[in-house]
Amino acid sequence: MAKLTIEDLKRIKEEVRSTTVLREGGFRAKINIHMGTCGIAAGARKLMSVVLKEIEEKKINDVMVTTSGCAGLCSREPMATVEILGNPPVKYCDLNEERMKEIFAQHVLKGEIVEAYALARGSETTY
Amino acid sequence: MKWAEEIPREEWVRIDQVIHKYRERHGSLIPVLKEVQDICGYLPKKVQHRIAQGLHLPSSQVYGVVSFYTFFTTTPRGKYIIRVCLGTACYVKGSKQILDNLQRELKVGVGGITSDRKFSLEGVRCLGACGLAPVLVIGQETYGMVTPGKAIEIVRSYP
Amino acid sequence: MKTYRTHLMVCAGTGCVSCGSLNLKDHLESELKNRGLSDEVKVVITGCNGFCAEGPIMVVYPEGIFYKKLTPEDVPFLVEEHFLKGRPVEKFLYTGPAVKEKVPLLKDIPFFQHQVLRALRNRGLIDAENIDEYIARDGYAALSKVLSSMTPEEVIHEVKISGLRGRGGAGFPTGLKWEEGRRYDAFPKYIICNGDEGDPGAFMDRSVLEADPHSVLEGMTIGGYALDAHQGHIYVRAEYPLAIHRLNIAIEQAKNYGLLGKDIFGSGFDFDISIYPGAGAFVCGESTALMYSLEGKRGMPRIKPPRSTEAGLWGQPTVLNNVETFANVPAILLNGGEWFASLGTGGSKGTKVFALTGTVSNVGLIEVPMGTTLRTIVYDIGGGIPEKREFKAVQIGGPSGACLPTSLLDIEVDFDSLDEAGAMMGSGGLVVMNDSTCMVDTARFFTDFSVDESCGKCVPCRVGMKVMLNILNRIVEGKGEMEDIERLKRLGQHIKETSHCGLGKTAPNPVLSTIRYFRNEYEAHIQDKQCPALVCVDLIQFRVNPEKCKMCGLCKKACPMEAITWEKKTPADINIEKCIRCRSCIQACKFGAIE
Repeated sequence: MAKLTIEDLKRIKEEVRSTTVLREGGFRAKINIHMGTCGIAAGARKLMSVVLKEIEEKKINDVMVTTSGCAGLCSREPMATVEILGNPPVKYCDLNEERMKEIFAQHVLKGEIVEAYALARGSETTY
Repeated sequence: MKWAEEIPREEWVRIDQVIHKYRERHGSLIPVLKEVQDICGYLPKKVQHRIAQGLHLPSSQVYGVVSFYTFFTTTPRGKYIIRVCLGTACYVKGSKQILDNLQRELKVGVGGITSDRKFSLEGVRCLGACGLAPVLVIGQETYGMVTPGKAIEIVRSYP
Repeated sequence: MKTYRTHLMVCAGTGCVSCGSLNLKDHLESELKNRGLSDEVKVVITGCNGFCAEGPIMVVYPEGIFYKKLTPEDVPFLVEEHFLKGRPVEKFLYTGPAVKEKVPLLKDIPFFQHQVLRALRNRGLIDAENIDEYIARDGYAALSKVLSSMTPEEVIHEVKISGLRGRGGAGFPTGLKWEEGRRYDAFPKYIICNGDEGDPGAFMDRSVLEADPHSVLEGMTIGGYALDAHQGHIYVRAEYPLAIHRLNIAIEQAKNYGLLGKDIFGSGFDFDISIYPGAGAFVCGESTALMYSLEGKRGMPRIKPPRSTEAGLWGQPTVLNNVETFANVPAILLNGGEWFASLGTGGSKGTKVFALTGTVSNVGLIEVPMGTTLRTIVYDIGGGIPEKREFKAVQIGGPSGACLPTSLLDIEVDFDSLDEAGAMMGSGGLVVMNDSTCMVDTARFFTDFSVDESCGKCVPCRVGMKVMLNILNRIVEGKGEMEDIERLKRLGQHIKETSHCGLGKTAPNPVLSTIRYFRNEYEAHIQDKQCPALVCVDLIQFRVNPEKCKMCGLCKKACPMEAITWEKKTPADINIEKCIRCRSCIQACKFGAIE
């Protein structure tokens, strides 16, 4: 490996930091994918992949992704909850990969709720 | 103890290799002694002489260093080395009683080796695992939160 | 760079490794793979998290959930519940000693709340074996700043402003030492990192080296630049194999990146570091002794002057600092000396890392601002004394330090206040003792240690300490005389005044401080032939108090010598002939019936 310059050092810092920053707290938004048996059967895993891919591609480091169990509304799975800190969380239902992407772009990045897929405001809290 | 001084031929060869490797390096006595002790398990007089010759040092200096540092030993060690931590944290939690019990159980003193050469018993100064005090180490295995009674059970469990 | 939604930080400090944390990591990884979560959840091995009492420890980010005492059997359930379904598993969460409520988040656990992490700024947050993660946390940024925009004089000036004092024990101002070292115009000069952490009950340096080796390398390189030295040595205890292993990896990675070696960052500055494992001698923590040891000789201190900054290793100017001191350096250069000096007391700036051990609920590694009171450390961070016992003393500074009693609990811990109390910062071991610890025996323990580890060069330490030990042995055997106390004090004072090196000068401290604060215990041993803490075996006989005995038989089970007779519904009895006073029964008895 060639000798590092100061610019290289900064580049490595930015690159790695985007993947480790989640250890330091300080999030702007939280996406919770519901991963009960029903959710997984309905395709929640794919939603997770989409979200992680978006975060990776757009180099976003202030969004936290978590999972939760069944929300009790199995017929409307897969579901996800998006929370912009300081605002009430919004539950989305009947999702697929395309819709998830849309929600990510509109709600998570711009803060505009996608009314079309939204089920309700408010959610159970996790840690 | 005749076996104490016998070093097999192939070990001599390896000892010479170590000496050769460090011959040109300034102040390399301690690393040489370490590597040689890894080969033989201990540092008998014969071996110390050989190192002294090889590194062009007086034997007295080699012996001086060997006897100064606790890491080096001039007596053979047992199959299992039992090390009882006598650091402050372990001491406060009763490691001295553990050592006393083991001495009685194994009928050896601290620094000694059992007559069947199975165990060596040593007291050590702080292994840095104070969170688990009192600590007992046998070979590579660390036992934490040991009681005097449990220590004997542990030792007895070794085949 | 791959993005994971969750990072599992598994502690792999020595404490947790001996509790099986590496095995835990393997189980986690295979279970995550089975569940198809390998692409979403990453397992990271970190250095010592600090809360050693609860090992093996795992912290889950981004939530910051703290799991303790995990076993491989717990893994399948944990993975399914938490990482698949997102439900933290309550039974593995931390429970406070006082309140019985579960505390899920690391930041809410009192042990962590009172701490300020500077030297340990990266602990538990990075993979110690991955230089990129260190860089991501501003690693080597200080070095790049120093090499590109600061003169050596400016570096030294900044360190002086910070007020950083040597963390190895004596507290010599680091900036001054560097200035000294810079003054001598010679080639070559050396810089040495002292990792020969010999104090029993201290493991700060080990944890720093294990958790964040690059911070030490960076600090040394900055020091090298400031002093115009091009070779660094790290002297590490041979008892710390994991620290040596991680240092080797770190040096290798730094060399690959050109952060060690020739022409670092294209600045024209060359610096190299080599590791030197010690061979087990406490006295090698003394700087001149350590240098002799590096030269392959017996580690014996020599007379100063000349100071090492003038003539040290191989007779060349050498600056030696402790591990923790170097770990602080990058942060000082990056954030400025003022920032560092904003914490602490008048004479002692910044923070100090302590190894908190002994009979305290939360054993572990802590970092607190200078000037934090002992009470905060023992009760708020340490969680107080377990098993309903009473606090008796805290031993600070190892064999050079002292036992401080309850009346000094509100002392603000810094270099000067400890000195006043007859103690010493030492390298930072804090051993808490409860009422079952005998102070005379403790003094004897440290004296025995000092006798054992005396290099033998000067008479006061070699002979004087031996005489002190003989007197103490006499006292714990019940053969002491009242004059012995004065003898110990007089002799101790002489040894302090006439010894050659710092070890001899401080070796009588444990005895003198226990006489100063616990004289009554000495008197009890001498006059009443009693050991109030029931430790000194020659002065005690065990017996069962039939009124307290609940006839449970636990003591019989615990006795290794079969000296206890017990049958159902009758109180136990101890056969004094067979009893070896090992205290197993005392520990086993839940009712305090054995006296």
